[in-house]
Amino acid sequence: MTFNYLLVGIRFVALVLIQVLVFNRMNLFDFVNPMVYILFLYWFPVKENRTTLILAAFLLGFTVDLFSDTMALHTCASLTAAFLRYPLMRFVFGVNMEFQNFRLSNSTRVQQFTFLALLIIVHHLVFFSLEIFSLSNLLLILKRVVFTGLGTLVFSILLASLFAIRKE
Amino acid sequence: MQRIINFILRNRSSLLFLFLLAFSLLLTVQNNALHRARFFNSSNWLSGTVYSASNSVTGYFGLRRENEKLLQENRRLRSLLFNSRKQDSMELDTSRLDYRVMTATIIKNSYTDANNYITIDKGRADSVNQDMGVITSRGILGIVEMTSKNYASVQSILNTKSNINAKIAGTDYFGSLTWNRKNHQLVQLEDIPRLVPLREGDTIVTGAMSSIFPENIPIGTIEGFSLTESQSFYQIDVRLFNDMTNLKQVYLIRNRDRDEILQLESDVANDL
Repeated sequence: MTFNYLLVGIRFVALVLIQVLVFNRMNLFDFVNPMVYILFLYWFPVKENRTTLILAAFLLGFTVDLFSDTMALHTCASLTAAFLRYPLMRFVFGVNMEFQNFRLSNSTRVQQFTFLALLIIVHHLVFFSLEIFSLSNLLLILKRVVFTGLGTLVFSILLASLFAIRKE
Repeated sequence: MQRIINFILRNRSSLLFLFLLAFSLLLTVQNNALHRARFFNSSNWLSGTVYSASNSVTGYFGLRRENEKLLQENRRLRSLLFNSRKQDSMELDTSRLDYRVMTATIIKNSYTDANNYITIDKGRADSVNQDMGVITSRGILGIVEMTSKNYASVQSILNTKSNINAKIAGTDYFGSLTWNRKNHQLVQLEDIPRLVPLREGDTIVTGAMSSIFPENIPIGTIEGFSLTESQSFYQIDVRLFNDMTNLKQVYLIRNRDRDEILQLESDVANDL
């Protein structure tokens, strides 16, 4: 159990650092900055209660905000994604969620992919809607969500498979 | 009472979520509404330390290019110096200078957000204060918005809140420089009346109305212009001289008369 908390802590620091030092400076095609720190919510232990998750997501978003001068945009987005994580998991994994030994690594590739994609869509929608904050720029919001979302998805999958727990 | 407590306990994660969301929305909205109310910015100790540690490694990669830029600027300044007329000693008296210039290094740059901020490695300890102008050797960059002990956060011209007095070089037609966030190479100059003769390629420089920047600092050239809906003012796209994606060394400018000017202006406003 202690090991688990240590792992989550290390993940937190590592993801924040890689986000602000590498991905915030990436500027692919001049406007795509993948937000890979969302992997924290993807990897967060399934059995942990929701209050801890929400507090952790708040802290995560707030730290990223501190580094990137975005007021509290990352905080809002990651809070919302954390809050909707459980419903999303119910939607993707269905009854498998109820089993005592359910783990993310036991589910199929398609399920993992869908879950990650849904998390990213929720997160980016909230982030860019708040950042741009006007309905007249709906197209701009959608464009940013789609392109940055694709970037995040690709890099998240790469990172996730790089640090995947090997099945014995 | 029991039921209220039960209700709170049952829904504690939702309530916590709502509370934290309200808190962060408040931070965001308050910042949008009030000018310079950012309590949390990247000039704080934590991010400043991390960024300057990272910069101490990556800073070496661009040294050759930086050197080239400095050489170019020195060449330009020297040719100005050699070609200028002899000045008398009165004007060389440093106590009479209007502007003080300092240097700093950028440790964090951004240009893809709606409100871009740049972090530099000088702060209050180096007498950097709010509202100092920031330029590079090529042109204008932004205004210091927040300072901590060792770092400062600069509001870039690529910021939807930015508003800087600018004019067409060689004339006194002035307008305000804003950004519509569409392109990081183009900013917009507004409020130039339609009777002003404009040509694509004309140079835009800072105006004399600003108490932050000295007059005639280069900004960019006119890329294109059109009349606004009211048909009485131009909306001008200005292509920046600065490559906002590739910045390292900057100059900070302090107008020594700024306090006096502001004092005078507020006195006049109070009298009305």
